[in-house]
Amino acid sequence: MIALENVTVRAGAFSLSGISLEIPTGQYGVLMGRTACGKTTILETVCGLKPARSGRILLDGRDATRLKAANRGIGYVPQDGALFSTMTVRGHLAFALEIRKTPRELVRTRVNELARLLGIEGILDRRPAGLSGGEQQRVAVGRALSAQPKTLCLDEPLGCLDEDTHQEMCALLQRVCREVAVTTLHVTHSMAEARKLADCIFRIENGVVTRV
Amino acid sequence: MITSRRTPQTVTTGHRVRSDAPFIAGLCLLSSVYVLLIAGMLLADLSFTTPGNFLAALRSEEIRYAIRLSLISCSITALLSLWIAVPIGYLMSRYSFRGKAILDAMLDIPIVLPPLVIGLSLLILFRTPAGRLIERFIPVTYAVPGIILAQWMVGCAFAVRTMRTTFDQISPRQEQVALTLGCSRSQAFWRIVLPQVRRGLLAAGTLAWARALGEFGPILIFCGATRMRTEVMPTSVFLELSVGNIEAAVAVSLLMVVAAVIVLLLVRVFGRTAPFEANQI
Repeated sequence: MIALENVTVRAGAFSLSGISLEIPTGQYGVLMGRTACGKTTILETVCGLKPARSGRILLDGRDATRLKAANRGIGYVPQDGALFSTMTVRGHLAFALEIRKTPRELVRTRVNELARLLGIEGILDRRPAGLSGGEQQRVAVGRALSAQPKTLCLDEPLGCLDEDTHQEMCALLQRVCREVAVTTLHVTHSMAEARKLADCIFRIENGVVTRV
Repeated sequence: MITSRRTPQTVTTGHRVRSDAPFIAGLCLLSSVYVLLIAGMLLADLSFTTPGNFLAALRSEEIRYAIRLSLISCSITALLSLWIAVPIGYLMSRYSFRGKAILDAMLDIPIVLPPLVIGLSLLILFRTPAGRLIERFIPVTYAVPGIILAQWMVGCAFAVRTMRTTFDQISPRQEQVALTLGCSRSQAFWRIVLPQVRRGLLAAGTLAWARALGEFGPILIFCGATRMRTEVMPTSVFLELSVGNIEAAVAVSLLMVVAAVIVLLLVRVFGRTAPFEANQI
């Protein structure tokens, strides 16, 4: 479950207050809104990258408001993928597991499992520089899911993809999120994308979040 | 037939763009004045000396000592500069805090201060009780550690600038992702940021090294110009000139030119960081 209760957040001169929303466990929630209305700010607050000034953030039933990003048990996919340029795809998929000092054999098994799930077995030894937009986003999703988080946060992950890749990635996200049973918060400005993917849709307008 | 009482405004079809040649010729002419002056200086130096003079200078024990001391002190300066430039550059690039603008301006002081003033300020600093206390354990003034300190004061400022620019070019988004993946800030720095700034490190180190090699004013004031003690290469040039041995002064100068060119080439080759364009979709 992802729940925000009366959350106030500030980013420079911009601020949002009284933000509340709830995405039930295992569901795919989409937060929509115009450019610069605060969608990304909310997502980053859920991730722990921006502090909530007041209110509560509940992730998987526990209060995560004051938890560091590293301790929230979330996977985060930013719009540009933000892949680590010096690392191979295999390194990306193994990163979160290595940080947790997971035994090497388990890491190898998990990397192969994710690569199969996302259809990136063929590019495991490549670096981000040579990957297409779709491949980069698959890697970013794989990296976010590698430590088996209960929550997945996607910040306009399909925004820069061409039409065909967009369709393909939509189908992939739908399938992957169902298979790994993760609660998802996906931020987008596209209604079509929201209709295709969402179990529940939220809209943010003039600083107020409403369920559509 | 449709007519209009007012004459419609139309785009002039006969508009012709003038040739770009005079503009480009002007750019080349003005640029060539400076480039020719640099080349002329180097050629004049080369024509002033002979291989014999060069070898004679290299055979001089004093000059060999100066070269050795320069190479050692500059290398230590470069390492010390990186040691400081990395944390300051990262701090200035990633964090906002009160007084940041003042700190930013302070970091540029060694770049804009006249070298003699840096030497004098160091000398005065080591006359204070704190300075005297340090000197009780490590002799700094008129000693080799003083040379390294004087070189480091200037070299480090250039390294800090280079490292800050390098960190600015790396998207902080990658570190944010690393934090959500379970990293502490320190793990994100060591595992994600540092591997990406290798070229910047090399550029900052070589710049600090090159600046240190050319430092003369602060060293002269702070450490003096004692042969076989506090003599670095610029000091050799000064001492040889002061006794009228221009050939030896030019030979040492040329050695410094060669070292500077090598360093500049290294900076050119490795200084181009390829930041995060690879991640742009």
